[in-house]
Amino acid sequence: MSDTVSALNGATFQGFVTVEDAGLQGMITLRGDLGSAKLLAAVTAATGLVTPSQRKIVSQGDMAVAWMSPDEVLILTPYDQAGTIAATLAQALSGEHGLVQTVSDARTVVRLTGAPGSVREVLAKLAPVDLSPQAFEPGEFRRTRLAQVAGAMWFDDTTSARIICFRSVADYVFKLLCISAEEGGEVDYFN
Amino acid sequence: MSTRLATKGRLLNTGKQIRFSFNGKQMTGFEGDTLASALLANGQMMMGRSFKYHRPRGPVASGAEEPNALVGLGTGARFEPNQRATTTELFDGLSATSQNHWPSLDFDIGAVNNKLARFFPAGFYYKTFMAPRMAWKSVFEPIVRQSAGLGRVPKDRDADRYEHFYAFVDIVVVGGGVAGLLAARAAGEAGAKVLLLEQTAHWGGRAPVDGGVVDGQPVDKFVEQLVRELHTMPNVTLRNRCMASGVYDHGYVLGYERLTDHAPDMNGPRHRLWRIRAKQVVTATGAIERPLSFSGNDVPGVMLASAVRDYAIDYGVSVGDRTVVVTNNDDGYRTAIALKNLGLEVPAVIDARASGGGGLAEEAHALGIRVETGKGIAKVLGGKCVTGVAICSQAGEGAVLEEIACDAVAMSGGWSPVVHLWSHCGGKLIWDDALAMFRPDVDKAPTGADGQGFVIAAGSANGALQLQHILTDAQSAGEAAALAVGAKPKHAAAPQAQARDEAMIEPVWLMPQGAGPKLRMKAWLDFQNDVKVSDVMLAAQEGYESVEHTKRYTTLGMATDQGKLSNINGLATLARSLNADIPQVGTTTFRPPYTPISMGAIAGEARGEVFQPLRKTPMHQWHEDRAAHWEPVGHWRRPYCYPRQGESHADAVAREINQTRGSVGMLDASTLGKIIVKGPDAGRFLDMLYTNMMSNLKPGKCRYGLMCNENGFLMDDGVVARIDDDTFLCHTTTGGADHIHGHMEEWLQTEWWDWQVYTANVTEQYAQIAVVGPNARKVLEKLGGVDVSKESLAFMEWKDGALADVPVRIYRISFSGELSYEIAVPANQGQALWDKIIEAGAEFGIMPYGTEALHVMRAEKGFIMIGDETDGTVIPQDLGLNWAISKKKEDYLGKRAQARSHMTDPKRWKLVGLETLDGSVLPDGAYASAAGVNANGQRNMQGRVTSTYHSPTLGKGIAMGLVLNGPDRMGEVIEFPGTDGTTYKARICDPVFYDKDGEKQNV
Repeated sequence: MSDTVSALNGATFQGFVTVEDAGLQGMITLRGDLGSAKLLAAVTAATGLVTPSQRKIVSQGDMAVAWMSPDEVLILTPYDQAGTIAATLAQALSGEHGLVQTVSDARTVVRLTGAPGSVREVLAKLAPVDLSPQAFEPGEFRRTRLAQVAGAMWFDDTTSARIICFRSVADYVFKLLCISAEEGGEVDYFN
Repeated sequence: MSTRLATKGRLLNTGKQIRFSFNGKQMTGFEGDTLASALLANGQMMMGRSFKYHRPRGPVASGAEEPNALVGLGTGARFEPNQRATTTELFDGLSATSQNHWPSLDFDIGAVNNKLARFFPAGFYYKTFMAPRMAWKSVFEPIVRQSAGLGRVPKDRDADRYEHFYAFVDIVVVGGGVAGLLAARAAGEAGAKVLLLEQTAHWGGRAPVDGGVVDGQPVDKFVEQLVRELHTMPNVTLRNRCMASGVYDHGYVLGYERLTDHAPDMNGPRHRLWRIRAKQVVTATGAIERPLSFSGNDVPGVMLASAVRDYAIDYGVSVGDRTVVVTNNDDGYRTAIALKNLGLEVPAVIDARASGGGGLAEEAHALGIRVETGKGIAKVLGGKCVTGVAICSQAGEGAVLEEIACDAVAMSGGWSPVVHLWSHCGGKLIWDDALAMFRPDVDKAPTGADGQGFVIAAGSANGALQLQHILTDAQSAGEAAALAVGAKPKHAAAPQAQARDEAMIEPVWLMPQGAGPKLRMKAWLDFQNDVKVSDVMLAAQEGYESVEHTKRYTTLGMATDQGKLSNINGLATLARSLNADIPQVGTTTFRPPYTPISMGAIAGEARGEVFQPLRKTPMHQWHEDRAAHWEPVGHWRRPYCYPRQGESHADAVAREINQTRGSVGMLDASTLGKIIVKGPDAGRFLDMLYTNMMSNLKPGKCRYGLMCNENGFLMDDGVVARIDDDTFLCHTTTGGADHIHGHMEEWLQTEWWDWQVYTANVTEQYAQIAVVGPNARKVLEKLGGVDVSKESLAFMEWKDGALADVPVRIYRISFSGELSYEIAVPANQGQALWDKIIEAGAEFGIMPYGTEALHVMRAEKGFIMIGDETDGTVIPQDLGLNWAISKKKEDYLGKRAQARSHMTDPKRWKLVGLETLDGSVLPDGAYASAAGVNANGQRNMQGRVTSTYHSPTLGKGIAMGLVLNGPDRMGEVIEFPGTDGTTYKARICDPVFYDKDGEKQNV
């Protein structure tokens, strides 16, 4: 595991919010019939969590399940457990049409922390999403774009958000977030 | 001369002096000044010259509508041309230069155009096209070029930063005047989420200057109270210095916030572009005063009456000691009264109306101001500044009755509601005869997706000019907007304003109404572009009936102010010339932005390092550290080659190839697309996507495949590996990864939605490293952990394992013709494995090779490259790839298209190899000439080069090309005329130049 490095390799930036590499994150793509009892049971057996509804994320400890599309969820696990959990899931789903794929290395996770309004502002400079606290609460999960690339975002709590993007554009997204979080760029919009 | 009054001014902080420079001259102003007010306070009336005739120009307005007072602002990396002095807030160290003159503002050679004005009539530019061709080149073009353009283009990279911001609200209220504030309060009280945008730094709009009493208190106190109330409402956001620049479909509104223009030393972005989604938009954008068209109305010192008033009250600046007011409505009297109350002289109010004005006129009378009714200005006296006016009867032709000495003229031709934002998205206008204005037609608002209007005009923007009407209209606009977004308006009574008796406006489109050609030639409509009443009349005479055509022919309203002052006067003049009604002629189209916005704001953060996303492989940094020469491939950067000290790119490529063919090389192949296709119908699905059979591939095996679009054209290629019964992994080209994934999903979601197939794009999950060359196996054996012998892992097979303890999937596939392993490894361990391979390969001299070496090696083997041998019009049959097209399959995408007559035409150019007779390299893209000419008299062609390289392996130039009947013409020599004048001769040959039997890759 010592040879394993995340794309951002621990990068951090201190602006009016903190932007940092969230480190190695286990991720599993599960595609299948989200209405299937077998699939839902398999997800719960593997993660201890109930599959979330549209645009939601459920989490507990270091596990989470995020709704990606009508036939896809993203499962977040500790990095070194992703393979085992994926295998368990695939086993539980045998005989059922579905796709389980570990994608931990295909993506990067960035964390933003800071004052509640500020974290939202940094994201609202890049994503065409209503980031007001009324419209986007913790528990909500949005796939969107960050400037010119695809991304997804959610709030762990009022002062912390996480952003997922593809690995190849990790530097680009990290720089975007740093520019948006640069001192002097406070918007003072969200309350 | 203009000067500062002792009374200072409403918006000034006279405790803070500010130093600035104009054309290098040091001046001072106060905090709160605009550049225009500060220049006027320094006696600097002339601020620029006009576009066509280079006439002296001073400010005519005090706000966003200003056409004249344009300056170059700042220096170096902060220089910006065409900035309106009237909307530029003064700051310490501001440096401005005037524009469009040479050698100086005071003495300008270009002003000779003015003397020649009768040779530059309307449509001069277009008329030059009609002249003999030679005249355009030698006479007109130099003249037009010399005189064109206003400001200079900035030379340096912009030093500031910019950003975007996305906001979602129920209601955007545009304009922070009384109407906007009140509408925002009404909507806010109903509980709606409101965003109020004001373009200036101040709240209240014109009201504090124009005065009035609301609910028993002066209107400026009422404004303060409204602002205080709005600040306490959590659901209302106020932003000043933020102009709504456009209203678009689906309630999309752009806001242009100028954060540091007034304080450039402040940290932070200069401009922020607000990208707003609103359910309703209230346009409380106010109204703009119209100039009057009389001879000499462009002389510096002739201004809008409202501007004269603003400069006096807001900035404590008098435009002149003696100001003659000329008006066709009651508003002009406000200026006369304001000036008189400040102790300035008003020699006369010239009221074009025979019956004179209402209550304000009486007030002026009472102050002892001379009022002349039924009169007009025959002409303004003076050149670079006003020295007097000659007055005449408005009804006549301009016979001078009297000359009145003065330093300034304040003109009021009535008010035009600012209907721009209402109109951007399709709101219609109606002509109000009584008020002589176009105002929003409330029954024809811009409509949203539900067919309902989503823009509501309020206050004077809606044609309500009197304070009481403005208040009532704004209150109901705010409530209507709230209701439309599902909030619950309180239906409160509007605040009450003191009413005043006003006399009706009398439209005056020319002063005097019977002015002859000489006066009309000096009666300006568009001050910046020099369009006069005579020009529009000439256009009408020449047959221009449409206002849009007249605009373009005369350039009326095409200047940087987009005709905010000139449009209505211009179209009224056109209507008069055509003997038509104004509504019949109509307006030109209002388009965003309302006033120009910076390019920086549009670009937002997308500049410098984040101009475009740059995709990086896990080994990107390693390549960069070795000074790789990059090749852009989509958004990726791939190493083209790795030049060493003193090595040319060609040398480096040759070295990399020789090492790879001779021993072992390695390639970062991570960018190749990798798509998982899984499900019971996966095989059937791939049989449809690829031209060859995939469903019969055995797990553990690989097969090369071609993908065509439904028109039969080759779109991608790559190796497919069967992982298990249900699962395939499809490799695509680097550029094809996202596109092919989308292609798969499209067919699955639209056409074969009932097939049980899931796909996942796992391109970035893996780093992929190709280890290539006769010693490749030895390198992997040194790493250990996987049996890579021919028996265990034969050509076109794959297997999983752990190579030097790193989990890998090894594909034995070859794009070079050598013994080759492509090793997929989880991306986060890609660099680690890369390092281990280099270490293990050291004894064989292993080195990385770039894309150029990859290209040359594949060309030596006659392998096609998507994008080289294909261009979207090439089918696999053209490339001799019939072996990869299944004859057994009933169908695949492109099959039917490939059966069409044009596709089966034997005359389609076919792929062959080409070798020059002298071993030189054929020019890329060169065409092979044939005898004779085509119908257009062009040389006939019989083929073209698709790939061409110097092969270090063979020591000569090799190429591939598409040639008419090529495969049947082996050995024939054809000619390729080069763009360098040389004709290259090449012999048609087999496209496989190296190891035709494939023995090297199959060891």
